[in-house]
Amino acid sequence: MTDAVKPAVAAAPESGFGSLRALTPWVAAAAVFLVLPYAFTSGAALTMLSLMGIMIVFTLSYNMLLGQTGMLSFGHAVYYGLGAFFTVHVMNFVIRNGLPVPVPVIPIVGGLFGLVFGILFGWVSTKRGGTAFAMISLGLAELVASSANILRGFFGGEEGITTNRTKLLGVFGYNFGPQIQVYFLIAAWCVLCMILMYAITRTPLGRMCNAVRENAERAQFVGYDPRMVRFLAFCLASFFAGVAGSLAAINFEIVNATYVGVGQSGVVLLAAYVGGIGFFFGPIIGAVIVTYLQVMLSDVTEIWQLYFGLMFIVIVMFAPNGVAGLIMMHRPLWRAGVVGRVVPAYLVALGPALLFTAAAILLIEMIHHAAAKVGEGPKMTFLRVPLDLSSPVSWLGAVGLLAVGFILSRLVWPMIARAWGDAMGTARERGFVA
Amino acid sequence: MTAPALELVDVEKRFGRTEIIRGVSLDVRRGERHALIGPNGAGKSTLFHLVTGRLSLSAGAVRLNGEDITGLSPYEIYRRKLARSFQITNIFPRLSVYENVRCAVMWSRGQGYAFWRFIDGVRDVRERTEAVLERIGLERRRDVQAGLLTYAEQRALEIGLAMAGEAEMIMLDEPTAGMSHSETEHAVDLIRRITQGRTLLIVEHDMAVVFGLADRISVLVYGKVIASDTPERIKANKAVQEAYLGTVPE
Repeated sequence: MTDAVKPAVAAAPESGFGSLRALTPWVAAAAVFLVLPYAFTSGAALTMLSLMGIMIVFTLSYNMLLGQTGMLSFGHAVYYGLGAFFTVHVMNFVIRNGLPVPVPVIPIVGGLFGLVFGILFGWVSTKRGGTAFAMISLGLAELVASSANILRGFFGGEEGITTNRTKLLGVFGYNFGPQIQVYFLIAAWCVLCMILMYAITRTPLGRMCNAVRENAERAQFVGYDPRMVRFLAFCLASFFAGVAGSLAAINFEIVNATYVGVGQSGVVLLAAYVGGIGFFFGPIIGAVIVTYLQVMLSDVTEIWQLYFGLMFIVIVMFAPNGVAGLIMMHRPLWRAGVVGRVVPAYLVALGPALLFTAAAILLIEMIHHAAAKVGEGPKMTFLRVPLDLSSPVSWLGAVGLLAVGFILSRLVWPMIARAWGDAMGTARERGFVA
Repeated sequence: MTAPALELVDVEKRFGRTEIIRGVSLDVRRGERHALIGPNGAGKSTLFHLVTGRLSLSAGAVRLNGEDITGLSPYEIYRRKLARSFQITNIFPRLSVYENVRCAVMWSRGQGYAFWRFIDGVRDVRERTEAVLERIGLERRRDVQAGLLTYAEQRALEIGLAMAGEAEMIMLDEPTAGMSHSETEHAVDLIRRITQGRTLLIVEHDMAVVFGLADRISVLVYGKVIASDTPERIKANKAVQEAYLGTVPE
């Protein structure tokens, strides 16, 4: 996390929220949400967009802990999942008693239950930061996940608990049956939550979260109790996680134990990190990427989780500030008007990089086929190319492609470095690099 | 007679069997500039940590304006108007200089843990932050990450964090350590100005600084205060000369 790039949340200390300029990104975000379903009209696309909206809220809430306050949680799905379960139970209660509660306010229920458990579990786990906090969060996650198997009445066992959002009160004739209506509900909550979570970073508490992340001890000597800062951040993060869980419950109309599972907690960590925890908008990118891959990869390959893991490792090793970090690296170049100088180098490097990646995937798929699908025989296809795994030619070819991809990548690297150095040099001359 | 600003009563600190502070009693009078001197390893920084709650006492008591603050946590002591700096620079490295100072201003301006108001919009916090930046001469470096400042600038920021909250008592742990001659002069000037009308307890190795600044001096040797008096009498004190001073600047 040693970034020379300043976190986005600290980039513009003087931009008050009242000014119109500060609202621009949010208006743009709302516009994007409005346009997307008309650009991608298929049912599958609409489902995926809905999932992205939910994941954005969840990942941003996670980054209130990891990126803003420096708290590594392995159990954030607890608040997401409990928010979802309580939402379903409350929705069913509302349906049974015919209460006049419309669907759009339901996410508040999830948020409040997320908050309640955030207060409860946060009080015990935020006493210490660092490793102690991480371990306790893992313990609590396991505790809740195993409770889900025991308290079957509440968690619904294997099948989970179902509800029916159309039985609730409609609003202006919308009953939230069609996916498009649910999508717009999720989009509205997503934009609202994004604005609120960003706004929190600009408050005294939000600033102290950063200070505690940087130096919890020093924060004590300017009057702040780091535990209280962590606790409040935890409660707020749990609230927004609960909102996300609630949106998921409304979207799927079914909630099961995987919602509170450690796997779900892992996915949100991954999404935040891939996107870039040092920037407010990083987790938004991460949520979009991870949701897309989750849906697409699982259609294409059985071992999609392996690719997930590999992607995570590559990001941690080569781009520790995530995709947002990669983008923000180019900001001085952009401002100096010299981004164009690195683009050709990137384009040239794209070929070898794609070759290397494709060869690696080919080899992984071949190993997977040979190891896990013995019954299907030695024949498989990759990108419509038929391969015979019993022939050494296939294996040598795959390894050969990997080697060529690797060598070519190494060969073009100096070119990128040169282009980068040249562009940065100009940017520095023009005064856009500190 | 009013209570001293700071009063240490038979303060002891042991790490295992090692006694670092061996029964220190010390008064710092309200409004005075008090220097704590002594050879390396005498326990000066440890004593600072004991007073400000970073370390807990093995025995004894610490009183601030007559109130027992023994065993309070650092933030509780800070809220009783005692602020400090550190010998080893202790800042928020990846926050900007402005953010660093503002974090140190917020509590004293009643911002607390509020998450329902924008900090940028709070005028007196902004004004105080800018005033501190100007005082410590870092107003032109306000948007730089604190970790990227030069050593001397970081030392100035360290003093800035201690003074930002307008505490009644300020404790500075070797504020001029590692500074050049002109930087030291500048720092002493700054310290003199920010402690106007306040109480200062300062640890300092530079004897020119000590004798130029202090109203009274306490000498800590091997975990004990062997003398506590005016600069003139400290200079003349035989025990002090034997134990520590040796040569005194004229």
